[in-house]
Amino acid sequence: MDNSHFFVTGDPMIYGADVSIILVSLAIIIYLTYFKKWGWLWREWITTVDHKKIGIMYLLSSLLMLFRGGVDAVLMRIQLAVPNSHFLASEHYNEIFTTHGTIMILFMAMPFMFALFNMVVPLQIGARDVAYPFLNAVSFWLFFLGAMLLNISFVIGGSPNAGWLSYAPLSENDFSPGPGQNFWIWGIQISGIGSLMTGINFVVTILKMRTPTMRLRDMPLFSWSVLASSIAILGVFPIFTATLAMLTIDRLLGGHFFTMTGGGNPMMWVNLIWMWGHPEVYIVVLPAFGVFSEIVATFSKKRIFGYASMVFSMIAISIVSYYTWVHHFFTMGAGANVNIVFAICTMIIAIPTGVKVFNWLFTMYRGRIRITQPMLWFMAFVPCFLVGGATGVMLAAAPADYQYHNSYFLIAHFHQVLIGGVVFGYLAGMYYWFPKIFGIKLNERLGKWAFWTWQIGFYVCFMPQYALGFMGMTRRMYTYNSTMGWDMGWAPLNMISTVGAFLMGIGFIFQVWQILYSIKHGERDVTGDAWDGRTLEWSIPSPPPVYNFAILPVVKGRDAWWYQKQEMQKGSYQKEAVKYEPIHMPNNSGIPFLMAVCFFIAGFGFTFEWWWMGIAGLIGVFITLFARSFQYNTDHFISVEEIERTENALRNHGSIHRTAN
Amino acid sequence: MSQTISAHVSDQNHGHVDQEGLKTLGFWIFLVTDCLLFATFFAAYAVLRTHTEGGFSAKDFNVPNFIIETFILLTSSFTSGLAVLSMHKGNKKGLIRWLIITLLLGAAFVGLEVKEFADLAAEGATISRSAFLTSFFALVGTHGAHVTFGIFWMIGILFQLSKRGITPVTTRKVSLVSLYWHFLDAVWIFILTVVYLMGVM
Repeated sequence: MDNSHFFVTGDPMIYGADVSIILVSLAIIIYLTYFKKWGWLWREWITTVDHKKIGIMYLLSSLLMLFRGGVDAVLMRIQLAVPNSHFLASEHYNEIFTTHGTIMILFMAMPFMFALFNMVVPLQIGARDVAYPFLNAVSFWLFFLGAMLLNISFVIGGSPNAGWLSYAPLSENDFSPGPGQNFWIWGIQISGIGSLMTGINFVVTILKMRTPTMRLRDMPLFSWSVLASSIAILGVFPIFTATLAMLTIDRLLGGHFFTMTGGGNPMMWVNLIWMWGHPEVYIVVLPAFGVFSEIVATFSKKRIFGYASMVFSMIAISIVSYYTWVHHFFTMGAGANVNIVFAICTMIIAIPTGVKVFNWLFTMYRGRIRITQPMLWFMAFVPCFLVGGATGVMLAAAPADYQYHNSYFLIAHFHQVLIGGVVFGYLAGMYYWFPKIFGIKLNERLGKWAFWTWQIGFYVCFMPQYALGFMGMTRRMYTYNSTMGWDMGWAPLNMISTVGAFLMGIGFIFQVWQILYSIKHGERDVTGDAWDGRTLEWSIPSPPPVYNFAILPVVKGRDAWWYQKQEMQKGSYQKEAVKYEPIHMPNNSGIPFLMAVCFFIAGFGFTFEWWWMGIAGLIGVFITLFARSFQYNTDHFISVEEIERTENALRNHGSIHRTAN
Repeated sequence: MSQTISAHVSDQNHGHVDQEGLKTLGFWIFLVTDCLLFATFFAAYAVLRTHTEGGFSAKDFNVPNFIIETFILLTSSFTSGLAVLSMHKGNKKGLIRWLIITLLLGAAFVGLEVKEFADLAAEGATISRSAFLTSFFALVGTHGAHVTFGIFWMIGILFQLSKRGITPVTTRKVSLVSLYWHFLDAVWIFILTVVYLMGVM
């Protein structure tokens, strides 16, 4: 491979990025050194196995990646705002739409989802940690360093440019030589392995770590959504790993899985990648549904309507999602019968989804509704997802899809479900659980500004794209002609869409401002129950102590905390004598971080086809695995005295005496 | 230290979870996902099986070689079972002996596979010769890589066994590695059938 262009050169924007990366890195290093924070960083964060801290790190990284992916989006929209534009070079444009998609799905949506998993699930099911805290840290660091591997590609070696799913044969050596495509493969391969581990971790956590009195049928719906999503992860991420391995074999060893020559079959890539890719979008949307189920119940002061049908719908979605992948390429020519099966399966998914929307609305019906920030995002979600779902059913009609295929109509559709469903859902979840994890409520006023700029920006950006699709504009188009006379062609709608993208960008800036402002001046939550919640996470202090529950909570039914509060108000609640016992907790470990660093080295080496470096990295991975296997001193007990001290300090702090424990 | 903790946990069980049981469950789920990984390689092989580009085809596999490989691997699965039986009897020496025999058989299997691959490459049947060979090397090679990993894993456990004896933790570790070994055996049966037997038939 030609490695003469190790550093990307020639583009002033890249030089700007180089300078800013160096400046930011220097600033961080100087800050950490000057304030002697290196030890703190290592002890409190890098080696942590505490699910709450891991959740916070996931949240920070996903917001960072939302910024990066958002900058990509804005650059694309600037390029498309006017006809015949050469704001970006065409090659650069290809790189940007590739990294935008990859980053937004794999390095923004996935970690945001894992942030919510980690922050909420153990607290909601009355557990002290996840089933495998060490593995949880491994998952995080694999994600993080995988994401960094992809992200350095734009200054070192060059970014991938074959689209976010890198269709073969374009992604093969013949058409995409150089390290860019390898960065894509190794970045998402490494973080994908982490995602698979997280899937295993949360399935076992939910099945085995619930407080002994919580039955599955009383489990909060967010935890159910995590279970459904994790099961889907287990089903499809192995396919993802294998498929990426096949492309690696093609590129690195000269194989012929997906090449045009040697008997390879490029359509096999498209099938395999969508066997993962389609369930993947349900994987990210299911937890968003779970978030909404919690929020609607809390802010309507009612039990969720149709709990059993909610659970059934989620499981149905996660199963049927395996049988829809061909709808991404009805034009493959598999024949009418095959297309019918996949078209119908795709439409069937709309049914359980519709059930869920109705259940949320019925929960609100005659509820005592409070319009808080999380609730705002929910109410924005309903119409947005409705339209997104309806256009999805339009796309699912196979014959019609021959017309919509790869047009901007599709772009508008999937942004509507991914932003309207996933992003709105996760942001709602962030607003909802922020007080629990940080003990701070996010400022309402700035939040409303953010909300409305996001909403207006969203519709201004994506509604014109439906029309553009009907007008024949195809996705990934670099530029277009201007037309004369009355028919102004695609230009006006594209300009409007770009304005919308900027508005969403402003909305994001408001949110960053809101978070920073609230950390400094925001309302502190000392009750532990910021929203008058219904589930167990609100029964403990905010932020929770390291062991979460001093005594494992007793659950008598659904919405356990709500009914316990009712009993306490009536005075019929029998407070049992508090008797603490030593709590068994895992030790911190630096191995997950080191393992991920070795993976990073291996990935970087194979990206540049430096075999010595790739193999050295893999050997490093094995050494860390061995080191862990030989480590027997992996956990400790927290003494009763320490629990008493912590609990007294936390509970005397505010008006938290209502809690039962 | 940790042994006392594990014993403590399983004895008391005051809402504490049985750590070793938890890890076993997780490993079972991992095996399910690994199964799907192999299924994907099998699917690719099924698609590309006939794409030989006029070169080496599945009819040309060396029959004695893969039959011997099969017997060695099946025997190693049996000996790993004997190792677990010794462990349940509390026989540390027997356990270690059978594990060593298992991993030697595993190493012999890997050696034969490497030889098979080298012979193929010498005939010009390399991974880049045809799509059929790419999918063949990928599928069988993934299995071989798993076996190799298992051998190193067993070596690690042998050191721990000789130092710590049979404890709840080492018992779990031996059970898992033996589970993994049986799983690889099952996968090999599919490879034997789908790749080799259906190939030469």
